[in-house]
Amino acid sequence: MSEQINKQPGQSMHGIGAVFARLRRSPLAMLGLAAVIALVLIAVFADYIAPYGYAAQDLMSAFEPPSANHWFGTDEFGRDLFSRIIYGSRISLQVGFIAVGIAVFAGGFLGAVSGYYGGRLDNLIMRGMDILLSIPSILLAIAIAASLGPGLFNLMIAVGISSTPNYARIVRGSVLSIRNQEFVEAAKAVGSSDLRIILKHIIPNCMAPIIVQSTLGVAIAILTAAGLSFIGLGIQPPVPEWGAMLSGGREYIRDYAYMTIFPGLAIMISILALNFLGDGLRDALDPKLKQ
Amino acid sequence: MTGNTIVEVKNLKKYFHTKKGMLHAVDDVSFTIDKGETLGLVGESGCGKSTLGRVMIRLLEATSGEVRFYGDDILKYSSGRMKDMRKRVQIVFQDPYSSLNPRLSVSDLISEPLLVNRVCGSTAERTGRVLELMDTVGLARRLVNSYPHELDGGRRQRIGIARSLALSPEFIVLDEPVSALDVCIQAQVLNLLNSLQKQFGYTYVFISHNLSVVKHVSDRIAVMYLGKIVEMSDYQSLFKEPLHPYTQALLSAIPIPKVGEKRDRLILEGDVPSPIEPPDGCRFAGRCFYRQEICTRKTPELHEIEPGRFVACHFARNLSRRSS
Amino acid sequence: MEDRKLILDIQDLSIQYRVEGGTVHAVENLNLALGYGENLGFVGETGAGKTTTALGIMRLVPDPPGRITSGRILFEGADLLRKTEDEMRSIRGGKIAMIFQDPMTSLNPVMTVDKQIAEMVLLHNDVTERQALDRAVEMLELVGIRSERARDYPHQFSGGMKQRVVIAIALACNPILLIADEPTTALDVTIQAQVLELMRELRRKINTSLVMITHDLGIVAEMCDKVAIMYAGRVVEYATTEALYNRPVHPYTEGLFNSIPDIDRDEEELKVIQGLMPDPTNLPSGCPFHPRCPYAVESCSREAPGMVEIEPGHLVACPVRTEHRLNSVGWKGGAGR
Repeated sequence: MSEQINKQPGQSMHGIGAVFARLRRSPLAMLGLAAVIALVLIAVFADYIAPYGYAAQDLMSAFEPPSANHWFGTDEFGRDLFSRIIYGSRISLQVGFIAVGIAVFAGGFLGAVSGYYGGRLDNLIMRGMDILLSIPSILLAIAIAASLGPGLFNLMIAVGISSTPNYARIVRGSVLSIRNQEFVEAAKAVGSSDLRIILKHIIPNCMAPIIVQSTLGVAIAILTAAGLSFIGLGIQPPVPEWGAMLSGGREYIRDYAYMTIFPGLAIMISILALNFLGDGLRDALDPKLKQ
Repeated sequence: MTGNTIVEVKNLKKYFHTKKGMLHAVDDVSFTIDKGETLGLVGESGCGKSTLGRVMIRLLEATSGEVRFYGDDILKYSSGRMKDMRKRVQIVFQDPYSSLNPRLSVSDLISEPLLVNRVCGSTAERTGRVLELMDTVGLARRLVNSYPHELDGGRRQRIGIARSLALSPEFIVLDEPVSALDVCIQAQVLNLLNSLQKQFGYTYVFISHNLSVVKHVSDRIAVMYLGKIVEMSDYQSLFKEPLHPYTQALLSAIPIPKVGEKRDRLILEGDVPSPIEPPDGCRFAGRCFYRQEICTRKTPELHEIEPGRFVACHFARNLSRRSS
Repeated sequence: MEDRKLILDIQDLSIQYRVEGGTVHAVENLNLALGYGENLGFVGETGAGKTTTALGIMRLVPDPPGRITSGRILFEGADLLRKTEDEMRSIRGGKIAMIFQDPMTSLNPVMTVDKQIAEMVLLHNDVTERQALDRAVEMLELVGIRSERARDYPHQFSGGMKQRVVIAIALACNPILLIADEPTTALDVTIQAQVLELMRELRRKINTSLVMITHDLGIVAEMCDKVAIMYAGRVVEYATTEALYNRPVHPYTEGLFNSIPDIDRDEEELKVIQGLMPDPTNLPSGCPFHPRCPYAVESCSREAPGMVEIEPGHLVACPVRTEHRLNSVGWKGGAGR
């Protein structure tokens, strides 16, 4: 009965407002949210923030340690690391969000079909996903990126495909549980079509786990992209990408450690922020974890 | 089977495939329902009463048999014709918590049937109809933009009822509509269903495991055991003089909220057997205190032993006076 | 009430839950007494605070969000709220046992039933494992389960049989107080009849006091000598079953009886209690029932009524109806007939 009592006070809080109110109670999640918003703003206004162009070489001032002119120092071509990290946020966020977008779309579609219709189709799709899952995702991404060739677009596809099975599984799981709820039957009883049931009744009710997995997924995608760029399969120079910068700085790590430290910090901060936000969202979206 | 018949169910069967074999959820059931009456369907969990209710309005497809609505077998309808039929046959679900989509507001929920079936063309017309339905089922108009989780069970069940009334049906299956509610709210909802029937002349099938509730609402009652109807008659005779041994045991098992009235208890041995691949003979034979050799051999048919009284027991006539 | 030896004496118990929208007063100034060997029915609707009271007695109120804010729970004269957690552990399952509503979830699915009973015996008694297992078989036979089924797992039993196992576990250590929380709600009516019959039979064999929590007034009529009716965290009427069923006084009790369709009579319409249970975070002032009460007078919204003994052993928290009844029956004797 205690949980009924917990539920009973039906305040008029619902929807996005209630989720945000609960999210606000977690300081870590708010920190994450603030950092993510800041990152997005930086990416959008990179042209105004960055003091130098990302490809502007100045060989005279190569390997300069951090100073008032170059906050994060310069690399082997004398390019300003601060500017490159600012511009790099564009690439990294793009890769992160678009790759996750691909994965959510593909995985969501496959999972929804699999869960709603079940039977042989379900078996076929999910066994395919199992095969993908059995290969370590970074290895899969490497294989895909290697076969498609390096480049921003291919990188996003590679990262997207490698995380598709995760979304397919999550969506299928929630569709399965929602499909058997009485309100779906109730919708059938008043004459709703399959399409309406999927769009209006099933999908809105399985958004929560997808939103959460996506925020965490963006972090993973950035990391995977960084990893691919690090081994040369991702973004090609001179385009600044945090993973590629990390990889470029590797040769000089003994003498010019700041060349790896700053891109590394950038990756770490974004991923930490997204993880905090994702954890907070998971709790905020789950009414059972209210306390 | 008079001219007044609205629904006629004939040899209806619903089997489910399971890993252990064929589950006989509804097994060769036949009965008729008159216009404007309430048929109570009672039985314990797993007896097939909810499945029967769903098969009757084709939420589940029957394995075989007929469901005639004004003489027309709706089980043979194409999906397009069935969609039209959905306006005339409706269902109210047991659980007011899981039968309402939590993401939709009260107005969305009640207007869904109107929207899907393109009744009420304009938005204004629809809104008007929603408010009218809310008045009909006794929901305050200010709740129109609330969400189900903000409301208690009784109000949610009123939303469910409003949804089923939206298309002005003639025949409504009520699947345990008050089982999830507390007694006070249960009484309110029962009164509502009763007054709606008087007002609009609905025909109800009222499915429940609660015998006192079924008796209160029904004109006739059918008792189900393991997928079969074992007894069916008007509510007064059924309660005054139950004929089937299972009905007798069921009635004697109800705890009566009165002191000082000691009733003879017929405590049944054992549990309800599995409905998977049931053996020949009477389904109740294993627990019956009047069991004879023939009971395990021959399945008793549902016979009309007096006008309007149907019993499926080889010894129904001999048992008739034994209860009281 | 003073002279009787009490097994359980709850005084001014209040339990609150802190939730998002405020504080739920789940139990409010509850007073209740139970003598040795008595059976008390505890009746109320969802959210009335029945289960919370039971959890309070067991000191199992989940904290947070729940907290016992005041009161005493005297069990055999000693206050349970002052016991250490160690002492409570030996009391739970030992002298006080509890049967939960759902037999499906209160058994461990990966342990044979005899082991589950033996575990309880070992926990509270100084016996060998062999002896504990023997005791387990003995208990199973007591509740009507043949000894050859002792080594079965819970999933091999039906719902009614599982509830028998749960009862066997509860009774394994000879508790002197048994708290049964809706023990038959999850069961079908013929199986419920079996389990109630068993409980009645056991009551004759072992003299355990029983607190039976239920929403079903029919079960109370069959099982209990005394009844307490709860509404919004308070006991509103407390009497012998006979007195309460034949002469209910509190308007809520009356409404509760009227809401149940009478199986022996035909009635067109049920007399219902208007309105809804109040929001537990925002209870009405004065008597929590007054907004729904047909007899309410102006003072009901101001003063929270106390319990008044209108005849020996019959306590009611409603000054309006109490006065009405005293006037109509005449206080000098005769009230009980």
